Amino acid sequence: MKMIRGYPDYMRESIERVERTRAERLKTPYPPMSLAEREVLLHRFHPDFREEQKRPIAFGPSRGLKVNHELANVIESHPLVPSTLNLSQVDYQVDVLIIGGGGAGTVAAIWAVQEGIHPEKVLIATKLRHGDSNSTMAQGGIQAADRENDSPLIHYLDAMGGGHFTNKPELVQALVSDAPRIIKWHESLGVMYDKDEAGNFVENPGGGTSRKRLHSAKDYTGLEIMRVVRDESRNLSVPVIEFAPAVELLMDERGQVAGAVLLNLETKEYVVVRAKATILATGGFGRLHMQGFPTTNHYGATGDGLVLAYHVGAELVDLDSVQYHPTGAAFPPQIAGLLITEKVRGMGATPVNADGELFVYPLEPRDVESSAFIRECYDREKGVITPTGMRGVWLDAPMIDMIHGEGAIREALPAMWRMYERFGIDMTRDPILVFPTLHYQNGGIAIDVDGATTVPGLFVGGEASGGVHGKNRLMGNSLLDFNVFGMRAGISAARYARQVEVGHLSLAHVDRYEELLKDAGIVTDRTSPVLLPEYRGKEALERQLDVLI
Amino acid sequence: MTIHVHEQVHRPRVSDQGFDARTPKVRIYLMGKEYQVPNVLTIMAAIEYAGYRLVRGCGCRAGFCGACSTIYRKTDDYKLYSALACQTLVEEGMYLVQIPFVPAVKSLYDMEEITLTDNVILRYYPEIARCVSCNTCTRSCPQGIRVMDYIQASLRGNIARAAHLSFDCIQCGLCSSRCPADIKHYHVGQLVRRVYETRIAPKSPHLARRIEELDSGVYDEEMNRLMTSSLSELKQRYESRKIEPVSED
Ligand SMILES: Cc1cc2nc3c(=O)[nH]c(=O)nc-3n(C[C@H](O)[C@H](O)[C@H](O)COP(=O)(O)OP(=O)(O)OC[C@H]3O[C@@H](n4cnc5c(N)ncnc54)[C@H](O)[C@@H]3O)c2cc1C
Ligand code: SF4
Ligand code: SF4
Ligand code: FES
Repeated sequence: MKMIRGYPDYMRESIERVERTRAERLKTPYPPMSLAEREVLLHRFHPDFREEQKRPIAFGPSRGLKVNHELANVIESHPLVPSTLNLSQVDYQVDVLIIGGGGAGTVAAIWAVQEGIHPEKVLIATKLRHGDSNSTMAQGGIQAADRENDSPLIHYLDAMGGGHFTNKPELVQALVSDAPRIIKWHESLGVMYDKDEAGNFVENPGGGTSRKRLHSAKDYTGLEIMRVVRDESRNLSVPVIEFAPAVELLMDERGQVAGAVLLNLETKEYVVVRAKATILATGGFGRLHMQGFPTTNHYGATGDGLVLAYHVGAELVDLDSVQYHPTGAAFPPQIAGLLITEKVRGMGATPVNADGELFVYPLEPRDVESSAFIRECYDREKGVITPTGMRGVWLDAPMIDMIHGEGAIREALPAMWRMYERFGIDMTRDPILVFPTLHYQNGGIAIDVDGATTVPGLFVGGEASGGVHGKNRLMGNSLLDFNVFGMRAGISAARYARQVEVGHLSLAHVDRYEELLKDAGIVTDRTSPVLLPEYRGKEALERQLDVLI
Repeated sequence: MTIHVHEQVHRPRVSDQGFDARTPKVRIYLMGKEYQVPNVLTIMAAIEYAGYRLVRGCGCRAGFCGACSTIYRKTDDYKLYSALACQTLVEEGMYLVQIPFVPAVKSLYDMEEITLTDNVILRYYPEIARCVSCNTCTRSCPQGIRVMDYIQASLRGNIARAAHLSFDCIQCGLCSSRCPADIKHYHVGQLVRRVYETRIAPKSPHLARRIEELDSGVYDEEMNRLMTSSLSELKQRYESRKIEPVSED
């Protein structure tokens, strides 16, 4: 196959058609859909509406909630540790245990300390390295209504509409009202958001936002926030144990959550942490690969928090909907599924089909935009088929420099440019091929405005929680979410820890969970949480011997 | 008692990774052992293809986290190269080593106490004065950052320049693993950027005003109305929102 600047020649023919319509597309915008049109499109093409891919959860407080089989499987699994585990040796005794060292966990740690807990009495336990998380990967930006033509009220409406009005109003109110304060906090910590000379933030629109409200730090927004809050938590000397995922929560005889069992991923020893308050900040579940979709998520995003919380009887909400980001890379195959930030469309690049036609308003909410891409590729058959058989539509990146001036891509989207450049494609000259990719866990563990669950002693912040975004999150609202609810969970956990008495550590809930499995007639050898996905080569696995060394 | 971690095969039906039985193979060496892997794989995918279950050395899988630092050489080439395993294709004869992390010491500081009067960077990282300008750091950076230049700018107290030059750093540590002066570049960059933003960058004028409004309860009544309005009312307000055009700068 002959390759020209990163693309095989037959794809180049389609690119030429894209180039021919570019001038026209720059002039004539495409109209957004009405709510009614959105509904029709979603029902026909969104993966959430594929009934055969889902089943109702069989037992427990969220019984009947229809989720993808991949998620139902990890919920309907045996807990990893038996109830008979010897808990007599307590390895760590803390006030606040934070499970997950991404954005929410780190923010929670800082605020627990601000709230008066001594740093030595806080512990972050995390699966990979501190900061290896979805937070670090966020590119596009964070929402906060701080410009004059904007207000928290408009932000509220945007978030509710994006979530199909299924969000919990009080959580959205907390989200949008705390937003400007969070940005101020970041400014005081030294997060380098893009600004003009007068100090005004450079703000872009995002899918489903009616105002330009997205604050970004080039296209490394998550990395920049994460590394600053991590630096701050290190300055405060908050202890962190890396490569030590939680495999089960601990409770006491009064039914309060009282810490967790961690697993040392190197030695496979277990570690007992006794805590007065426990915060789950384990993030999302992209690596469960719902319906076989590739994902944008980091390696450790296996939905562990949902499983741990369900074991102790917490409620799960809105997990019947999953967010597929419209613009995952579809070519080259080495980056298939990785994220092309929405900022690319926010800055003016439009989606186009194989014939160079614009077929959808570029900034619909994500579920709508994704459905339109799926329709274009699989119903109207107007996608581009890659050499390995993937389908995608073009995202006409060169328009950005035409709108904002030469150099805009290199300046505002260095991560995107770098990723393509590494594989021989120059996105300042050529469009890039995209298709929806599994991106975000819209729902999660039910929380109140303080990040508290219905189980005493258990708090949640960030992507692991549910209710804030309803059935569809808008771009820029989850970086905001992990800050707002990481902070709220940290503060509430600290306050709770000051007044609670913890009794004897127990794993009795594991037995109760086994009972539930049995009563629901589930016979399986599956165990969960999953901890890491399986990507080893089939060829190698087929020859592997299961021997003890 | 030990926990039996059941090996489950949660093999996703994900993407064809772009190879099949006919894809040509290259020879690579992992921990000194030879493996034949399809030539279209990234180093990370090749390690997994060879049968490794990654625990260390793998984070975002997308070039954002710096977990997959790799040092390698090639057959008949004495040079040591560095790369991100998740963002680099395998090549024939690569001799690869994964670096789980670089144990560089970070200074502790209280941002509130920092002033620009003396060279703060030098105070917390005095070793930057020992830079011998060998440029090894720049050559080993997988992000293509002019690392030496940001160290030199920090040394001269040119905070703004150092902050911008270092901005794309993903803190992989490759530079610091090779520096003859034992400089902790990525920690220096972190401090420099925080100092820049808190001490030099202009503050947002709108933000304070909006927070005052919020604190004084300007939005409370209307917010309450929104939160308690009926679904049809809310939908109607949503549909009649005015949408600010993209290009209106
Ligand atoms: C590629 C990408 C781009 C994005 N872009 C944007 C954007 O532009 N704007 C926006 O608002 N949002 C964006 N998002 C979403 C946003 O980044 C995340 O939703 C948010 O950062 C989640 O934060 P978190 O702290 O809840 O989870 P994470 O940051 O994922 O942190 C969870 C942590 O918990 C650890 N963990 C998991 N299981 C366990 C366990 N059992 N025990 C211990 N630790 C565990 C994980 O390893 C991880 O470190 C993006 C997401 C991705 C993946
Ligand atoms: S490697 Fe060290 S000594 Fe050499 S230029 Fe870089 S900072 Fe200076
Ligand atoms: S500056 Fe150093 S730590 Fe940062 S990306 Fe480059 S090599 Fe890695
Ligand atoms: S795994 Fe994060 S940069 Fe490679």
